[in-house]
Amino acid sequence: MTTESQDMQEQAAEEDRARLSEYGALRKGQTGELRLMSRSTYFREAALKNLFLLCAFVAVMGVLLIIAFVGVRGYPIFGLEGFFGFLAGREWNPTDEIFGILPLVYGSFVVMAGALVIGTPLAVGTAIFLSEIASPRIRSVVRPAVELLAGIPSVIYGFFGLMILRPIIGRLTDGLGFGAVTAWLILAIMIVPTIATLAEDALRSIPNGIREASYAMGATTWQTIRKVLVPAAGIGIIDAIILGMGRAIGETMAVLMVVGNAPIFPASVSDPIATLTTQIVMDMPYAAGDHRTALFGMAIVLFVISMFLVAMVRFLSRFQTRLDGR
Amino acid sequence: MADQMSDKSPEQISEGTDKIVVKDLNFYYGDFNALTGINVSIKERAVTAFIGPSGCGKSTFIRCFNRMNDLIPGARVEGLVSMDGQNIYAPGVDPVDLRRRVGMIFQQPNPFPMSIYDNVAYGPRLHGVRKKSELDDIVRTSLERANLWKEVNGILDRNGLALSGGQQQRLCIARVLAVEPEVMLMDEPCSAIDPTSVQKIEDLMAELKDRITIIIVTHNMQQAARVSEFTAFFLQEQAGEPAVLVEYDRTANIFTSPQDRRTEDYITGRFG
Repeated sequence: MTTESQDMQEQAAEEDRARLSEYGALRKGQTGELRLMSRSTYFREAALKNLFLLCAFVAVMGVLLIIAFVGVRGYPIFGLEGFFGFLAGREWNPTDEIFGILPLVYGSFVVMAGALVIGTPLAVGTAIFLSEIASPRIRSVVRPAVELLAGIPSVIYGFFGLMILRPIIGRLTDGLGFGAVTAWLILAIMIVPTIATLAEDALRSIPNGIREASYAMGATTWQTIRKVLVPAAGIGIIDAIILGMGRAIGETMAVLMVVGNAPIFPASVSDPIATLTTQIVMDMPYAAGDHRTALFGMAIVLFVISMFLVAMVRFLSRFQTRLDGR
Repeated sequence: MADQMSDKSPEQISEGTDKIVVKDLNFYYGDFNALTGINVSIKERAVTAFIGPSGCGKSTFIRCFNRMNDLIPGARVEGLVSMDGQNIYAPGVDPVDLRRRVGMIFQQPNPFPMSIYDNVAYGPRLHGVRKKSELDDIVRTSLERANLWKEVNGILDRNGLALSGGQQQRLCIARVLAVEPEVMLMDEPCSAIDPTSVQKIEDLMAELKDRITIIIVTHNMQQAARVSEFTAFFLQEQAGEPAVLVEYDRTANIFTSPQDRRTEDYITGRFG
């Protein structure tokens, strides 16, 4: 800084002070000078900002690297088998180099759909109980218990399914109990925490005034839940279910242990079946060449499905009515 | 009836017909005694205002009339609250039916996040009206009576939350009117909306009181003076102590010649 500009600055500051005291905005003894930011504060602020930027960058890079890696390794299968030959091919037979993943896509969707049919009512019911019916004391016990379900490693679910549920299903269906039904039951429990906690958040975000209005109109608790609260939380509950779908379609270990792992179209829901995720795990240790490429191709398919689900949640959130009335 | 009561306490007014009579009411939140020894008779087809400083229990009291306090765990009422001679806290009385006859408007306008039509049709549908033509009539009449029809005619399918705050409050009034209540409780209905809308709601109250008994809680003494025939002044003298009904009289008397020193202090702005 040159002396000249410093002088000008000081002169400007002097003029400001004169004007301020003229308006009575400057009390006697006040100089009105703000301290400049010290160099050390400046560098600390800048360093922290860049550190957090780096954290975000690493996370985003991780996702991009995985997408690139899976994409590059899996993409050629669409050339080898043809787009529809791969996706809609009815036979998965790596020994004869036939890579049609329709039975696996079918398996994934059958397992997911059944889990949703069983798990959604359970989860939404839990959410309604927690949000609208349970006393604060009961809620303080039940909500952590539901959250704990999400923290149990999936291999333990699988173990439970294998040792407890499978024999029961086997006895009921005159088989071994490996198949979609057992996976449905296990997955239904596994998606409950995802759906229940998110749906409960959606219900609890409804302003209490809306509840009071319904009761004051002479509605019963059940009428209030069915006609006002569930519709009001509608999009939030659908979001919760979609994220539950994502959890169900991506789940690997627990499904692997009970599903029987046969990449075919089974005759019955209690017969062995395979999903995209379980087949990748089963084949990855030994797959080579085109087989390996096909597994990466399946990973791309899984990726697209989950990106579609996330996109759907983002899309639907546009239709959420703002409940605060603004 | 007030003039037949043996105990002629200063809270009783011997004119008009009593719609609601409260005798020796005590109200508790858990162990906390919020209101004590309340005796009051609310006149039919008139506007009664409850005034008093914040925290003096007027909102708690108004919620005794439609048993909204039942929804608060630990809340307890002692004493008698009767409407048309029937104790509304008697065992077997269905609070759901009571609330149909005693509607309520809240401080914060709280329309449901659904269409204007569905908001107004909510109550009639709850009580079994299914026919479209009948619902159409009810919705239109109720919106007309709430002086909102002209503003929403043609946009009945729009979300109630898209309306302005004052319109939302009138929508809530239409929603209550749709079930033809005998009593309308208004818990500070104008404190969250703009002055122009306040005027509309006050005009509306003047129109409605020919058919409905209105009880309004208000912080605004000018409003109480403008809209009400009767005024009750509540006061909690010490924090932690129960609030009491200090004085209940014709509004004109309360504001011109209050009998109690505390009422006078309050209305002249010495505290509260």
